[in-house]
Amino acid sequence: MVPEQALLETEAPVEMITLVIDGFEVSVPKGTLVIRAAEKLGIQIPRFCDHPLLDPEGACRQCLVDIEINGRAFPKPQASCTIPVENNMIVKTQLTSPVAEKAQAGIMEFLLINHPLDCPVCDKGGECPLQNQAMSNGRPDSRYEGVKRTFEKPVPISSQVLLDRERCVLCARCTRFSEQIAGDPFITLNERGALQQVGIYAEEPFESYYSGNTVQICPVGALTGASYRFRARPFDLVSVDSACEHCSSGCAMRTDIRRGKTLRRLAGDDSSVNEEWNCDKGRWAFKYLTSRERVTSPMIRGADGELHEASWPEAIAFAASGLKGKRAGVLVGGRATVEDAYGYSKFARVALATNDIDFRSRPHSDEETSFLSRVALGLKTTYKDIDKADKVVLLGFEPEEESPIVFLRIFKQVRKRALAVISDAPFASRGSEKLSAELVSDISAISGLTAKSVILVGERLAENVGALSTALALAEKFNAKLAWIPRRAGERGALSAGAISTLLPGGRPVSDASARVDVATAWSVDSLPTNPGRSTSEILLALSVKNLDAVVIGGVDPLDISNEALTQLLNSFVVSLEISHSSVTAIADVVLPVAAVIEKSGSFQDWQGSSRAFDKAIDDSLSRSDVRILSMIADEMGSPINLPTVAATAREIAALGVWDGKVPAFEKAATEKLTGSDGKLNLTSWRLLLDLGTLQDGEANLAGTARKATAHISPARAEKLGVKSGDQISISSDLGSISLPVAISSMSDDSIWVPRNSIGSQVLANLGFIAGPVKVVKA
Amino acid sequence: MTSASKLTPVLSANWDEKDSFTIEGYKRNGGYKAVAKALAMSPDDVIQTIKDSGLRGRGGAGFPTGSKWGFIPQGDNKEHYLVVNADESEPGTCKDMPLLLANPHVLIEGIIIGSYAIRANHAFIYLRGEVVHVFRRVQQAIEDAYKAGLLGKNIGGKGFDLELTLHAGAGAYICGEETALLDSLEGFRGQPRLRPPFPAIAGLYAKPTVVNNVESIASVPAIINNGIEWFQAMGTEKSKGFTLYSLSGHVNNPGQFEAPLGITLRELLELAGGVRTGHKLKFWTPGGSSTPMFTDQHLDIPLDYEGVSAAGSMLGTKALQIFDETTCVVRAALRWTEFYKHESCGKCTPCREGTWWLVQMLHDLEDGKGTEADLTKLLDLCDNIAGRSFCALADGAVAPIMSSLKYFRDEYLEHQRNGGCPFDPVASTIFKTVGA
Amino acid sequence: MEFTTDQLKIMDSIIARYPRSRSAVMPLLHYVQAIDGYITPRGIETIAAKLDIAAAEVTAVSSFYTQYRTEPAGEYHVGVCINTLCAVMGGDAIYDSLEDHLGIKNHETTKDGRVSIERIECNAACDYAPVVMVNWEFYDNQTPQSVKDLVDAARAGNPPAPTRGPNKLRTWKQNSEVLAGLSDGLANEGVSAGGPSLLGLKIARLEKGEK
Repeated sequence: MVPEQALLETEAPVEMITLVIDGFEVSVPKGTLVIRAAEKLGIQIPRFCDHPLLDPEGACRQCLVDIEINGRAFPKPQASCTIPVENNMIVKTQLTSPVAEKAQAGIMEFLLINHPLDCPVCDKGGECPLQNQAMSNGRPDSRYEGVKRTFEKPVPISSQVLLDRERCVLCARCTRFSEQIAGDPFITLNERGALQQVGIYAEEPFESYYSGNTVQICPVGALTGASYRFRARPFDLVSVDSACEHCSSGCAMRTDIRRGKTLRRLAGDDSSVNEEWNCDKGRWAFKYLTSRERVTSPMIRGADGELHEASWPEAIAFAASGLKGKRAGVLVGGRATVEDAYGYSKFARVALATNDIDFRSRPHSDEETSFLSRVALGLKTTYKDIDKADKVVLLGFEPEEESPIVFLRIFKQVRKRALAVISDAPFASRGSEKLSAELVSDISAISGLTAKSVILVGERLAENVGALSTALALAEKFNAKLAWIPRRAGERGALSAGAISTLLPGGRPVSDASARVDVATAWSVDSLPTNPGRSTSEILLALSVKNLDAVVIGGVDPLDISNEALTQLLNSFVVSLEISHSSVTAIADVVLPVAAVIEKSGSFQDWQGSSRAFDKAIDDSLSRSDVRILSMIADEMGSPINLPTVAATAREIAALGVWDGKVPAFEKAATEKLTGSDGKLNLTSWRLLLDLGTLQDGEANLAGTARKATAHISPARAEKLGVKSGDQISISSDLGSISLPVAISSMSDDSIWVPRNSIGSQVLANLGFIAGPVKVVKA
Repeated sequence: MTSASKLTPVLSANWDEKDSFTIEGYKRNGGYKAVAKALAMSPDDVIQTIKDSGLRGRGGAGFPTGSKWGFIPQGDNKEHYLVVNADESEPGTCKDMPLLLANPHVLIEGIIIGSYAIRANHAFIYLRGEVVHVFRRVQQAIEDAYKAGLLGKNIGGKGFDLELTLHAGAGAYICGEETALLDSLEGFRGQPRLRPPFPAIAGLYAKPTVVNNVESIASVPAIINNGIEWFQAMGTEKSKGFTLYSLSGHVNNPGQFEAPLGITLRELLELAGGVRTGHKLKFWTPGGSSTPMFTDQHLDIPLDYEGVSAAGSMLGTKALQIFDETTCVVRAALRWTEFYKHESCGKCTPCREGTWWLVQMLHDLEDGKGTEADLTKLLDLCDNIAGRSFCALADGAVAPIMSSLKYFRDEYLEHQRNGGCPFDPVASTIFKTVGA
Repeated sequence: MEFTTDQLKIMDSIIARYPRSRSAVMPLLHYVQAIDGYITPRGIETIAAKLDIAAAEVTAVSSFYTQYRTEPAGEYHVGVCINTLCAVMGGDAIYDSLEDHLGIKNHETTKDGRVSIERIECNAACDYAPVVMVNWEFYDNQTPQSVKDLVDAARAGNPPAPTRGPNKLRTWKQNSEVLAGLSDGLANEGVSAGGPSLLGLKIARLEKGEK
């Protein structure tokens, strides 16, 4: 495992303030709010509107305490969530001040007069701050004799969030989150006084990629998730810490299980990564586990051409015999855990004696291979660098779509201190608009960066040959910080586990003899293969022309790579490790069922290179991690890799450590200019966060909030085509065409942008490529 | 009239002239001379003059105007703003609207001087939206001041630039609270902001800002023209100068009386022809409904900041609402409470939920369904609201209830004994049976 | 239906008054009422687009202030002050008789679209109590009968002039336009001040032997 390199920093010493709360002295950094200083002493002051990551509001008044400074008492109780500590401050909370205690009980009584007594049917019942604090800090009974305020309920404010206004205590956490954290002010406080209520504009639902956080931070049951509503009681759930498998942001997660079934997932706390937030995909996209047809038993293709269930020993033996002594490659996919990727890496080198292994289940290039194996693992940029950056440059990277927590982190600084953001995107996406990003068309012309600038490179930059070289030159020129942020959760870990032709685990260059000796010794093998390995596309090509005989393939959708990838597999011996039936299992010779993330333990490495280990949340005897199955095949082949469990694998990775020797120099590539030809437009695309990705299967409420697919063209191009915003246009290649409504954006007249894998716009499948010349006409 | 009254018309001195609201009318009576005088002084000297005069805010809080100006950081290379609070909405308060209707230029002159003093190049008048003709008058006055070179670039050839924007509110009492007013002016819901930061540091658009009441700013030209001594000759030791007292309700001649601070209600009532003939004073507010009510025991209290405060209320806006013995105090308290419920911005719990509850309790009490125990509960609710809310609106909301219970507790109980309100509402109308 | 080019230009001119565009929300909402009579969806969406804010942020503002209406107002919108002082002095009686007379309730409009009514809070004219506002113009010292006469005349298309205001009562939409900051040139019409406003001044002048 690659340990996170803690950055050595010299920070100004923090000024400490000493005060007394309920008779106990406490020292906290200057600027700390009284309510949090009290927390440090273990004194819980009740609160609703207070949230440590939102601007103080002071609205609910539940946290009133008595305060005196230098012997002078405030004439009335103060909201401890809005008052910063001061030296010589004496605070008396409800524990020591009868005035504070009565004030809090009074506020609680006011909050409850209009709150329905529907706790038994409320999702929040059992984990409700209002319920809990009413018990701890409220009056024993209510003196209210009137009729409670009612509203129509529930109101869907999007397809995935429901609002029960009568439960709302108007703390404004949700509205502040939407505005301050997500930059999506689509829910607001409306009306005023006793009629004040949360709401949306009728034509503009709460379609924010982060809307689920409002459900999580709502201190009552006013906001609920459509998919979880009325499904469970909190006390029936078992919570397990987990990691998110959806992208490389690296979120800590909590998975709530009831009787072997995932009921919900929540954002976990990790101040260095996702703080307390996550995106809606991470929160709600987990039904893929059960929605598609799971592979429940090993299967072998019979003489009749059909797959037949088989026992594990049969299937393992079948796979082993098909691979043993054959020229075979390994395609890992981008979603493997670090341990599984390590298993594939070791399996390729030891059992198959090859470097033909690649984790890139997407377009890639030789330039990228060089970048990944010589540069990427040496990058030490972290979220913290974004916090302190003077500029952030986004290259081939749309953070809100491709790594949403990175987006939140940048947005935080944009809001706080107008952090400058530069992007090479062809037009200003909604994310770019929120970041007020300056768009540039020529990366090499970017200037004015410093050592505090952060350049974030997405995996898509590899799609333009020469662009990674330019980005690297840019970083070197200004000594700026550089980071590579792949879209999938497993890519960074697969890279460090050596699931690529050029690298052995720990970043050891295959080309370096001492590195090979290092690893061979650790693995107790005589030697490791020295032949230059193939990339994903080269492996597929080799399979199709019979330069390779067999392939081990795990978690790969061929249509993510190219539209001919599947046919290229047809004439080989295919060993498929899969969760669910897919286009690959349909042609595989042997199918081995593997566990999904929730069913196994392991770890992911986020884009920073930090690992997050997780335990299995669900026990399922059928489910085995890929590494364990690979180990069994290797045993059967007589070339054991000795990785019987995930834990053993993790230990081996840790023991091996990382390469501290020389790394060959990056091989630059010259820039290839894409130009429109014959009146055709250059197609560009990226994936939207919510789209047709297979991990979002089975969650219609989530899909309902996806951004609608539109084709972006320039105003001049629209005029030329005779279309206005919303009109349909047809985009075609030699292979096929798609038809989408037009959105007009400021962009090059020769360019067109469409989403890569959304409803009505599956670019690889429909057009045959993800970038290139297309014909565009009015539909 | 028996002996000479204390009346000192300054702001209202020319309201009886047909064209008092025009720039010609204003100039004819010496208008805009103070601007020339002030622009010849240094801005700091102008601030010092207002400080030395002892002028205090006329909008209710009584904070010294010169000190407020002095809080604006100078040389900070930021825009500064002067915002005039013309959102007059406190029940009973009716001084700024007639002032602006009859003499908008005195406000504009004050704004020019105030802006010059605090180094603001853009000023705003936030005028309540429910008074269209006042809006017309102020807008016309601004237009004429621009034409006369009193607003815009290089005012009076002194190199001072000032833009003045008139902004109409849209019906929200809370916007009289200065930070709510600023949020409203910025295009948000008019809900109060957390303080600190105070407007002097981060006000409009997070820039140093002074928010002053209409009457406070309108008083500035006269001080500049006539000097500190002239101003200080009026009023009491700590409450200097003249001000507008507004008498309304059950008096024979309601209206505006401009007098030195410290005049008493007894003196004012005499000017207003006394309490409605045949009736006697029952209760009155010294400065709008948010100031605890007084009774006939308080006729001789000097109506200045200290005098009223010492007697347990606040000078407020000097809106003297007079109610005679035909008025039911429970009905009065209920109606005011309904007002605060209607105007509560909804931000904080005690105000939002508390006023909602209080209205229900007062309705029951008015209907004779309240008991002595309910009065205890009512007072306890007031105790749980007062001093617990985000801003002072809720403190104002409980003032009529707590003060009326202090003086008229038995009248509340009389409703229960009577099985309903013992008063005839017709008796308290001014037209009695006319047209009813 | 979209706003006309001229209307959109006027919106731009309103925005140009302010150092920051969002400040124009309130006058723009008044302007939408001047065109549509109330806050319409097209008004909200146009303001949101012009100010580059979410439509939800516009409705958050418009629903906060009572002058912005969610339903069309009558051509003559009659507000009867029912705050304590006016209510006691006769405002309650005026309001009750008005409801009876028109057969409509608070916030409703007569079928002919001429008159809508509203219970309003203190309108800063307490020395003229009981006060009624029509299209936010002062009608001072009212009685139940005077207000009945007023609305009858208004429904006949001939409302009396305000007590302290222009010579002729303008419509709800026309006055909304004034509140948006678009001058109608009527500032010089009407009195400087009403009698009660001048009371103190008159006494002082008498004492000094003036006039």
